[in-house]
Amino acid sequence: MKPVTIAMRGIRERLVSSVITIGAVALACSLLMLVWAFKKEAEQSFAGASGGFDGVLGPRGSKLQIVLNALYHLDESPGLMRWADFEQVAKFPAIEAAYPIAVGDNYRGYRLVGTTPEYLSNHAFAEGRQFELESGGAVFESDSMNAVVGSFAARRLSLEKGDTFNPYHGLIYNESAKHQETYTVSGVLKPTGTPVDKVVWIPISGIQNMSGHNPNAATDVSAVLIKLKKGANMAGFQLDMLYNKQGDRLTLAWPANRTILQFFDKISWFDKILQAVAALVAVIAGGSILAILYNAMNERKRDIAVLRALGAKKSTVFAISLLEAVGMTLAGVVGGFAIYLILGFGIGEVVQRETGVALSPFTGNAAMIWAPVGMLGIGILSGLLPAIKAYRTEVSKNLL
Amino acid sequence: MSLLSIKNLLKRYASATGEMTEIVRIASFQLSAGEQALLRGESGSGKSTLLNLIAGIVAADEGEIVIDGVDICGLSESGRDARRARSLGYVFQNFNLLDGYSCIENVELGMSFGSGVDRSLARHLLERVGLGNRLDYRPDQLSQGQKQRVAIARALANHPKIVLADEPTGNLDPSNAKTALELIQSLCRENEAALLLVSHDASLASSFETVIDLEELNETKHGTEAIS
Repeated sequence: MKPVTIAMRGIRERLVSSVITIGAVALACSLLMLVWAFKKEAEQSFAGASGGFDGVLGPRGSKLQIVLNALYHLDESPGLMRWADFEQVAKFPAIEAAYPIAVGDNYRGYRLVGTTPEYLSNHAFAEGRQFELESGGAVFESDSMNAVVGSFAARRLSLEKGDTFNPYHGLIYNESAKHQETYTVSGVLKPTGTPVDKVVWIPISGIQNMSGHNPNAATDVSAVLIKLKKGANMAGFQLDMLYNKQGDRLTLAWPANRTILQFFDKISWFDKILQAVAALVAVIAGGSILAILYNAMNERKRDIAVLRALGAKKSTVFAISLLEAVGMTLAGVVGGFAIYLILGFGIGEVVQRETGVALSPFTGNAAMIWAPVGMLGIGILSGLLPAIKAYRTEVSKNLL
Repeated sequence: MSLLSIKNLLKRYASATGEMTEIVRIASFQLSAGEQALLRGESGSGKSTLLNLIAGIVAADEGEIVIDGVDICGLSESGRDARRARSLGYVFQNFNLLDGYSCIENVELGMSFGSGVDRSLARHLLERVGLGNRLDYRPDQLSQGQKQRVAIARALANHPKIVLADEPTGNLDPSNAKTALELIQSLCRENEAALLLVSHDASLASSFETVIDLEELNETKHGTEAIS
C-alpha cells in the first residue's frame, strides 16, 4: 500500500470531519474566485456593455443615473430634454452618430424604449458587430406600430414575429395601467450579451405619443446616446465643457464606461468586506485542516506506531499525514471550482435577467490560479504540524 | 553462524525521578537461522524492550545486535526501519491491527514497507491461518483468536528471517492460545524463519527446544545510577 493510499484511507475513515473540512476549503476557494475573478468579469462586462457609445446626454442630474437609465435600462430617467437638444448635439462635427431614446412604458415588466430605426439598423454595438434580427424579422419604421424585441425579453415574454401586445404605463408592470395602443412584433434581435437584449424597442414617436402621456412632452426625449468619431477625444472634453461646466440644463456622461467603473469604485468597500470574508473562510478552512489532523494524530498514535513497527520510516508517516492534508485540500479545490461554476452561472443568470449583461464564469483570471494554489499552500501549511507530530511519535510508548 | 547475535547490549531508561535504570544488560545471546526460542521473564523484566531493541524500534545505549551479518546498532533510524521492514516480523500481545483496514489489507500493510504488496500471498497466508473466509472482515468483526491469527499472517508477510513475538498468547483463552502458538511455530518453520517468543507463561516451555530465562540473561544488570 502506497503512502497516498494510506492517506486516502485516513480521510475516508474520518468521513464526517473530512467532508466538513473539504466543504470549508471548497467554500473558501469558490469565494476567493468569486470575489476576485467573477467580480472582475462583472466590472469588465458592465463597462464593455455600454453598447458602443462614448457618452450619454441627458437632463440635468446624476451621470450614473443617466448612464444606468439610457444604456443599462435600469433606474428611472432624471427627467426629459427637448428634441431640439438632440438635434443640436447631433450636428456637432465630431459626433459620428446620435440616437434619441424615450422611456416610460413597459410590457409585463420589460422596458419599452423608443428610438429611431437607424439605431437598430446602422449602429455597431461592439467593434464590428451590428444588431441582427432572427430570420424574417425587420426593424420598425419611424411612425409604425411595430416593435423589435431583444432576445432575452422575447424569450421571457414568449414573443415572436407577428405577435401583438399592449404596453403598460410606467417602468414597473401594473396590470391596471394598460395602454390602448397595440404593437406588432416585426422582429426579434439575436443575442448581443448587452442590456439591449432585455428591451422592447418601438419607434420613439410611440412613447412620445402614447395615450395618457403628457401631450406637452410629445417631442421630448429621455436621453441621447452619442458615438464620437474615431480619435475625437478632444470633442468629448469640449462637450463636457459645453454641457457640464458652462451649461446648467443638461448633463453629459462621458466617457460612459468610466461612469460605470467609477460606480464600481464607489462600492469597492463592499468588495473589501467580501475579500475579508473570503480570506477569513480560507483561514478557517486551514484551521479546520489543522484541527482535524492534529486531533486525529492524538487518536492515531497507536496506528502510527504500528506502521512504524511494520517498517514505515519516520519520513513515510510524515508524508502520509501531509498527504491527508493535501488530499483534503485538493478535494476542496475541486469542490470550489464546482461551487464557483454553479454560483457563477446562477449569478450570471440573475445579472442577465436584471441587466441584460451576459457574464461568463469561464473568463480566465489570475484568481482562478492563485486562489486554488493559495488554498493548497494553506492546506500544506496546516498539515505540517500534524505531520511533524506523526514524525515524532514514539513507537515503543504507543505500541500496546 | 548465528542469524542473530547480541553482544554487550545495554539499554537504560530515565525514571520519573531522573535516575537512569538499566532495563537490559545482556553479555551474549545467539539465535540460529530457523531456531525457535522462548525467552521467559516476569513483567517488567525488559522482555518487550529487548524485542524493541532487536527490532530496531529503540536504539541501544551500548553493544551490538547483529542480524544476518549487519550490526543494526550502527545503522541510522531509517536504516533500522528499512531493516525491520525487510528482515523482521512482529507479533504483539494486543495484535495491533489497524481498525480501519480489513484482514487482507492489514496483511498487505505489513508488506507495504518491505517486499511490496502481494495480494495472492496475503490471501494465501490468511487461508493458511484459517481465515480464508474472513478476508474482508474488519478487526472489530473478529474474535480475539482470529485477530491474533491475522497478526501472525501479517508478521510473515515480508518473508522475515526472524519473527519476534511479544506475549502472543497473553490475551487469548487456552484453546486460542494453543492454536496461535502452533500457527506461529509452524508458519515460521514453513517460511524458514527463526522465532524469538517472549512470555511470562512457563507452560509454553514444553513447546520449545530452546528456553532462556531473561533474568539469567540479564544477571549482570545493575541497579540504578543517577543521570550525570
